[in-house]
Amino acid sequence: MIDRRLVQNFDWKLLGLTIVLSFTGVITVYSAVTTGISNIHQILYVKQIIWYCAGMFLMIIAFLFNYNSLERYAFIIYGFCIFLLLMVLIIGKYAGGAKRWLMFGPLTFQPSELAKLAVILVLARYYSKAASVNGLSLSELTIPIVLCIVPFALIVLQPDLGTAMIILLIAVSMTLFVKIEKKTAIFLFTSATVTFPTIWFFLRDYQKKRIITFLNPEIDPLGSGYHIIQSKIAIGSGMVTGKGFLKGTQSALSFLPEQQTDFIFSVFAEQWGFIGSFLLLLVFFMFITRCLKITYGSKNYFGAILSFGITSMLLWHIVVNMGMVMGLMPVVGVTLPFISYGGSSIIVTLTGIGILLNISMRRFLFN
Amino acid sequence: MENFLRSSDNKWLRHRLSFVAYFVTSAFALLFLRLFYLQIIEGDEYRQLSENNCIRLQNIDYPRGIIFDRNGILLVDNRPSFNLSLLLNKAKPVESTINNLSRYINVPAEELISQINTIKGLSCYKPVLLKQDIGRNILAAVEAHKYNIPGVLVDVKPKRFYPQGNRAAHLIGYLSEISSTELKYEKYCENKPGDYIGKFGIEKAFEKYLMGKTGNRQIEVNSVGQVIRVLNTIGAEAGDNIYLTIDTRVQKKAEELLAGKAGAVVAMDPSSGEILAMASSPSYDPNLFVSGMTHDEWENLISHPHRPIENKAIKGTYPPASTYKIVTAIAGLEEHIIDVNTSFFCPGYMPYGNRNYMCWKKGGHGRVNVVRALAESCDVFFYNVGLRLGADKLEKYAKVSGLGSPTGIDLEQEGTGLIPSTKWKKKRFGSPWSAGENLSVAIGQGYNLVTPIQMLVLISEIANGGEKIKPLVVKKIMTPDGKLIMESKPEKLGRVPVSQDTINIIKEGLFDVVNKNFGTAYWSRPGSGIEMSGKTGTAQVVGRKQDESNYDKKEVPYACKPHAWFVCYAPSIDPKIAISVVIEHGGHGASSAAPIAKELVKTYLNPENEENQNSSNEPAELANIYDEY
Repeated sequence: MIDRRLVQNFDWKLLGLTIVLSFTGVITVYSAVTTGISNIHQILYVKQIIWYCAGMFLMIIAFLFNYNSLERYAFIIYGFCIFLLLMVLIIGKYAGGAKRWLMFGPLTFQPSELAKLAVILVLARYYSKAASVNGLSLSELTIPIVLCIVPFALIVLQPDLGTAMIILLIAVSMTLFVKIEKKTAIFLFTSATVTFPTIWFFLRDYQKKRIITFLNPEIDPLGSGYHIIQSKIAIGSGMVTGKGFLKGTQSALSFLPEQQTDFIFSVFAEQWGFIGSFLLLLVFFMFITRCLKITYGSKNYFGAILSFGITSMLLWHIVVNMGMVMGLMPVVGVTLPFISYGGSSIIVTLTGIGILLNISMRRFLFN
Repeated sequence: MENFLRSSDNKWLRHRLSFVAYFVTSAFALLFLRLFYLQIIEGDEYRQLSENNCIRLQNIDYPRGIIFDRNGILLVDNRPSFNLSLLLNKAKPVESTINNLSRYINVPAEELISQINTIKGLSCYKPVLLKQDIGRNILAAVEAHKYNIPGVLVDVKPKRFYPQGNRAAHLIGYLSEISSTELKYEKYCENKPGDYIGKFGIEKAFEKYLMGKTGNRQIEVNSVGQVIRVLNTIGAEAGDNIYLTIDTRVQKKAEELLAGKAGAVVAMDPSSGEILAMASSPSYDPNLFVSGMTHDEWENLISHPHRPIENKAIKGTYPPASTYKIVTAIAGLEEHIIDVNTSFFCPGYMPYGNRNYMCWKKGGHGRVNVVRALAESCDVFFYNVGLRLGADKLEKYAKVSGLGSPTGIDLEQEGTGLIPSTKWKKKRFGSPWSAGENLSVAIGQGYNLVTPIQMLVLISEIANGGEKIKPLVVKKIMTPDGKLIMESKPEKLGRVPVSQDTINIIKEGLFDVVNKNFGTAYWSRPGSGIEMSGKTGTAQVVGRKQDESNYDKKEVPYACKPHAWFVCYAPSIDPKIAISVVIEHGGHGASSAAPIAKELVKTYLNPENEENQNSSNEPAELANIYDEY
């Protein structure tokens, strides 16, 4: 199954960056949950390590087979994922005002995370056949729009605005990547400006509040605005060298909301300062560049678009999450890949990397 | 086209990726600049803020809306409650502080220590709540010895207070701490754990008005926790005040009359539908729910055989018994089975099928028409009408008068009751309606079940000459600064499909019930110039015995005694009040329900009798109650 050329072409650099980031994730979650005042979270970093092991296992599986078979199974995976999303709405676990989780015995799983990969797969399959040098026409875009809207709507209903937005961003990035006709682009742009007020109408109150607060934090200095202020204090107070490992005071006093998940970067930046944060940013940049290199080297259209889709997923997560905790974007529940605590997120990220490694090592194979 | 991606240095791909590269680079550059700005340029300021860890959030609690009666008499209020907490990092030396504190508040030091230990995992920077709602005496002791107990904090919170104790407890309802399930409802999305929400009655049904808005204060504190300055404040908003339709004077009287019995009294203005009194007995003290009751107290309340936390006036369902003869008479007259002159002979029983259906009066009533039959509550007359009508026509008139379905009052948990039809029986039991059952339903026995408030609507519709009516409990809602938000006006619901002539005949019969010496409630006529009309009822709970005249005597076990009913309105001409009374296992309607209605009518229509003594002692009473807390 694995021949010598595959081993020679293996992207060791990408794997190396992945391991560096995963390690950073574990120690940051460790610092976030042990310096905090709430002891109940302390076992979370152990769980995080277990999730990493599971993720690594799935990553290995994801690069063992030839990725081209994913093209064949894309719609089955997509259909299964839609089924899971429907199940979430029917029998999902309700927590914190939203239904996002499915229970499998002691394990809870968030199908919306899987939906990101499923959408990437079906779009990659569709675009690899439909793309042309002139760009996609409006009629060619109908199917991808439908493919994207269905999971998007199901996730908005949960409601999980952050993940829904990421899916939209991935789909838009992939579509722009394969190029669309100019007149189609103009048409879509105009209709989007009309649609956004409509979407606004369907948002839950707390979601509207978050967007308004983002645009004008003065309105709610005590709710969502308060979180941004505290997050900025945590990051800013890190200054050049940081307060040192496990010495973060903001996180110790639990001033940060969700400090082990969405606001994990604030915990990191407080402890490691500008030097540490800059290095992390640099590693992320190198990581994304590495991923794009795989896209560039892909041997076929499917591989190129698929790898670009996965890259855009990781990129948007990084940009939106960091932008959020630094007060550049609304507070939406989006995790920072590798660093944030969360099983579903880790598994999807590592499986995605497995597929990237798969595409990269089969770039010289012909079939 | 298909093969343009064969080689790795493909032009197309390079072109697309160059765009991506620009985007990625600028996105990371933006993040980098932001990081640089926050950590290098603004870093000093943020470091200072974090070193004092100085920005804190404080909730400001809102006072909940106040509830008054129709005349502005206070029924539900808020009072300040003082909570004691301890900031550990300031309580030094801890041991002596706790020992001193334990002396001032009369709580053993061990108990305080174990309380602190349960939350020791928490930071010593956060105050630990030690005792809620300390009384004024303890507060005085704590304040006086402040220097001995460093780190002890006292904060004030508004707490719900029912100054009149169990007055109208079922109508007003109570508050209690929000449960974890309720927290998940979107309705309560503004609430947080520990909040008190309305769980019953007006407190629940009008939660969205009564609830105010929690305020917030963002404060900067120094390293020892003292407030340096307030950065931002969003003031709390008080909830809206509610004026109920009830009249405290009538309510109080109704409750006194019900004391020691199980049952309900509900009274309303028959022309507007405004509820003047709604009492259910036994009752409970809603203050217990606010201060938090022990497990035993709660068990006692819910397992009590007379169901103290059920609002029997709207939820209790009982066989209407003879009060239902009003409906039978209406149906008979409207369907032209009888007219005002039709008479039947009552020998004291009526043979039908293979048994004798008894009249309550052994010797019989002789020959009676509908007016006389109502006045004397003659069973045989109504057996005859029922037999000719059939269950379905009777059902029709019962339903148009509002029986067998909720009245739509603005309270939750309203009972439905049951008005049987042949179809219903077929569906429920699978067996056909038997003709003999027409006889029992005609006198309100059998499957019939109604709530006291449904009977009140029925009697009010007779009183007001046939206008449909919906009971109202809230007169108006006002903002704390006195702006009117809502004023309930009686809805125009149209007429009950019953002719004026029929209603006049019924009214004549109901008048005779109280005012003729042969009427069943003759001994409960209010006198002093007030004329009342009404109808008694005695609802069997076990099969009718041959000799039933001794219900009021002690020999009959409580659970076998019939429920006593009385529905009435007064004055008979241009009625101002309609009343429905039910006493569970009270015996005869005439002897145990009608006297209660009589007293209530006198209280409402002759206010001057009691007014003076009441108004003089009430404020003093109130002042005492506030002092207890």
